[in-house]
Amino acid sequence: MELLFALLVGALTAGGIYLALRARTFPMVLGLTLLSYAVNLFLFAMGRLTIGQPPVIVPGVSGYADPLPQALVLTAIVISFAMTAFVIVLALKARAEMGNDHVDGLHRP
Amino acid sequence: MLILVAMGLLLIVTLIPFLGAILVAVLARLGRTHAAWAAGFTVLLSFGCLLPLAGAPFAGETIIQRLRWLPSVGLDLAFRFDGLGLLFALLILGIGLLIVLYASYYLSERDPLGRFYAYLLLFMGSMLGIVLAENLIQLLIFWELTSLSSFLLVSYWYPREEAHNGARMALTVTGAGGLALLGGFLLLGQIVGSYELSVILQAGDAIRADPLYRPMLVLVLLGVFTKSAQFPFHFWLPNAMAAPTPASAYLHSATMVKAGIFLLARLFPALSGTDEWSWLVGGAGVITLVLGALFALFQHDLKGLLAYSTISHLGLIALLFGIGTPLAAVAGVFHIINHATFKASLFMAAGIIDHETGSRDMRKINGLWRKMPYTGALAMVAAAAMAGVPLLNGFLSKEMFFAEAFSAATHLRLGWLLPAAVTLAGMFAVAYSLRFIHDVFFNGDPIDLPRTPHEPPRWMKVPMEVLVLLCLVVGIFPAQVVEPLLTVASTAVLQGPPLAHDLALWHGVNPALAMSVIALIGGGLLYWGRKPLFAFHDRHTEGLDAERIYNALLNGLFAVSGALTRWLDTGSLQRLLTVVIAAALVLGTAGFLGDPVPLTGRRPLLSVDGVSLVAALGLLAALTGVVVLHRQRLVALILIGAVGLVMALIFVKFSAPDLALTQLAVEMVTVVLLLLALYFLPPHSPIESTMTQRSGHGILAVAGGVGAAALTWAVLTRPYDSITDFFLANSVAGGGGTNVVNVILVDFRGYDTLGEITVLALAALGIYALLEGLRLDGPVDDPKGQPWDADVHPAIMAALARLLLPLALLVSAFIFLRGHNLPGGGFIAGLLTAAALIVQYLANGIAWGQERLPWNAQRFIGVGLLATALTGLASLLVGYPFLTSAFTHLHWPVVGDFELASALVFDLGVYLVVVGATLLILIRLGLLHRFERRSARARQGTAVSGEMP
Repeated sequence: MELLFALLVGALTAGGIYLALRARTFPMVLGLTLLSYAVNLFLFAMGRLTIGQPPVIVPGVSGYADPLPQALVLTAIVISFAMTAFVIVLALKARAEMGNDHVDGLHRP
Repeated sequence: MLILVAMGLLLIVTLIPFLGAILVAVLARLGRTHAAWAAGFTVLLSFGCLLPLAGAPFAGETIIQRLRWLPSVGLDLAFRFDGLGLLFALLILGIGLLIVLYASYYLSERDPLGRFYAYLLLFMGSMLGIVLAENLIQLLIFWELTSLSSFLLVSYWYPREEAHNGARMALTVTGAGGLALLGGFLLLGQIVGSYELSVILQAGDAIRADPLYRPMLVLVLLGVFTKSAQFPFHFWLPNAMAAPTPASAYLHSATMVKAGIFLLARLFPALSGTDEWSWLVGGAGVITLVLGALFALFQHDLKGLLAYSTISHLGLIALLFGIGTPLAAVAGVFHIINHATFKASLFMAAGIIDHETGSRDMRKINGLWRKMPYTGALAMVAAAAMAGVPLLNGFLSKEMFFAEAFSAATHLRLGWLLPAAVTLAGMFAVAYSLRFIHDVFFNGDPIDLPRTPHEPPRWMKVPMEVLVLLCLVVGIFPAQVVEPLLTVASTAVLQGPPLAHDLALWHGVNPALAMSVIALIGGGLLYWGRKPLFAFHDRHTEGLDAERIYNALLNGLFAVSGALTRWLDTGSLQRLLTVVIAAALVLGTAGFLGDPVPLTGRRPLLSVDGVSLVAALGLLAALTGVVVLHRQRLVALILIGAVGLVMALIFVKFSAPDLALTQLAVEMVTVVLLLLALYFLPPHSPIESTMTQRSGHGILAVAGGVGAAALTWAVLTRPYDSITDFFLANSVAGGGGTNVVNVILVDFRGYDTLGEITVLALAALGIYALLEGLRLDGPVDDPKGQPWDADVHPAIMAALARLLLPLALLVSAFIFLRGHNLPGGGFIAGLLTAAALIVQYLANGIAWGQERLPWNAQRFIGVGLLATALTGLASLLVGYPFLTSAFTHLHWPVVGDFELASALVFDLGVYLVVVGATLLILIRLGLLHRFERRSARARQGTAVSGEMP
């Protein structure tokens, strides 16, 4: 299971990097979204993988998943949303001011 | 010895000039005299607050006043008042008051007087902060403030090129020195274990024995030498003469350049007494002493002469501290007093001459004796003190200096060099002092002066009179006038019992007297034979200048950084990102090369089940789709939604129900957001990069992916220790909730959460600002060229959405309330509420929604932030740290046991911010559509109704 998880993080990172390197804003935003998925999973991995032991205290149960990375990732997800929104609006603004959606704000015919 | 006084009088003394600076800046609008009176009053007030404490040093007490500032890192706002602090505070406030008076006559009607006084008071407060500091870090803060405020003063006439160049140079040199000093102080703090001077001054032996002593000493001395213009950092001081002369008189004779000397004196018991100290401090001192005196003679600018003379005298004082004997230190302290008095008055004389003649060039200014005899007489006395003529204060300290230099030389090989060099410097000092008098007041008639000189206004001379009188009185009655002050100041420097020293005028015939006589006679001869010397100087000393090295270094630095920037940043984001990612890869790989560790750890692995495998394959397929089909943007967006859904499943699988809920809600909102934005962007991405570029990016991406995967694998297979046990153990007992994730968010790490929702709020407000007034044209038909469906809000969808709303809100309320104990909470409930409302907007249009929800989203954000902050403050009010939560259990009929926690209010704030931010972002984007559709309709004349596509 760990191998599968690591592969997914790797694949998301690779896809994210590739798209983030594109020359147009929209694919780049998609790339950033993929990268934030990868980062969130990676952060989550700091608490290792636990199946069937959610960190909700139940009397008599002793094993729990690590709640700390979960709390971190929870806010990270929300902040990623804010970042995505900000970047995409920036892209709209660039489109409005420069007349194109190139990441450098240039028009290359 | 130490009296701990609870009240912070010293803090007040330091703060008054800062407050006064603001007052002066405001009052200056009423007129020049208002500004001058306010500035003078400020100085007097600060002085008055110091008076009640002034007796303590004479009674042998050191006053330490302490205010808690950052106790967790050992930083208190601590002030120290002893003899040395008293001496410097007297110099700073006393000469400061004279400068305030002098400047009001010196600066012309065109110069904004208020600005000058405000800067001057800022500087004064900073200086007081240095000399009254007990804590080294605090001292450094004020140290840097003097650099900044002196920058403002030197650049006072900033349209002039020499003003901003000189100011920049002074700031660069002293600022760099300040950085070195910070390093030195940190090392010193490491060695001693405290930044408090009381501790450090007692720890001299331990400091000198520490292996870190040498690097620490070098760093501290770099700070000292740059500030006090010691060779080879002296060149900024002559360039700082672009400052108005009152500022020069204050900063560059009496105070700022003495800050370095002050630090030498302050740290004398802790750092001195080693060979390193003697050679570094003494070496820099003697070179500075001789070179400064040499250069001073050849300056044609009055202020230039005084600047180099100041450099020389600073070298003299440094040399005394470098010699390191207690008596030498006493002589150093004495010369600090004397130099401040005669040099400040000479600067004032130079200012008066400049003011009256319009020039500072000694080749033009001649024969002023007939025009301004009174000023001339005052200047003559001060210059004689500078030269070390008997019956004046300069003579006394110079005699002590000569005696110390002579006796220090007996211990050294080639020791005769030291007295020789010192006497040579003394000769040049006599020569340049003679020049200051003879060239300016005699030596023929003035040549082409812009103005006809005459005596200055009466009150402009008063500050000079006071200082010159001090030179005389100290010189004639040293034991009565200056002895007590010198004794307490030296006691503070030496941190020992008062040292017997003899301030008599006549010590008999001894080597020091001989050196004095040689200097006086030799100086006279030097000046008499000056013409061949000047010719020699003009021919041979071009290029012997540290300033050139500084300029070459600075220009080199600019060139290198410019080239590097141009190489890295060609204006292409792709290129920059490539560099960043490649650099991260290289550094990440390099980190593993040094110490090879096995990739796989020893943690037992979990087995793979079929469902997980299928989900993973689904994610990989969707991901591949996104990457391959990214040019078809809508398809890529739908596929990325699928990736996000699998993400939620991953969280479900690995025991993170809160994350799964959050991810699910965020995914929905994100896709709607990107859809709204995509409307205004081209539906397809053109192929732009070349095949080579794309392969390069692909290789980089794969390498990054492999790295991330390897790292994840390495982490996942290793056992670990975590602080989690604390959270698990205290969640119910301390936080009152069983959902540990939520308790961490709203209680244990509530401060973090407060920060995070603030970021969220800021992002939303930023988006609001960005979209304000944005005009964008979207397509009037869909990508296939067909017009959009006329029925924008289908009736069935609208009806269903309305039915759904109360249900969705109920669910989100439920999720919110149970969040403390079961998966849920403010974040998730907020996202659910936002999603529910957005569905309404989508189905019915924005106008419909806004009619029914008149509250704007910004208000949600504001109220939410307030709620979270107020919960934090409430716990402060009842005496607990910020954001401590309290909870209790209530028994409600029917519902049963219900927990009421203050964290609930905090979570409500989180909820409101999340709802507000999400709605604000999406509604503003939606409104963009409404505007666009209307304008498109107006243009096309087609009957497209509704607001949202």
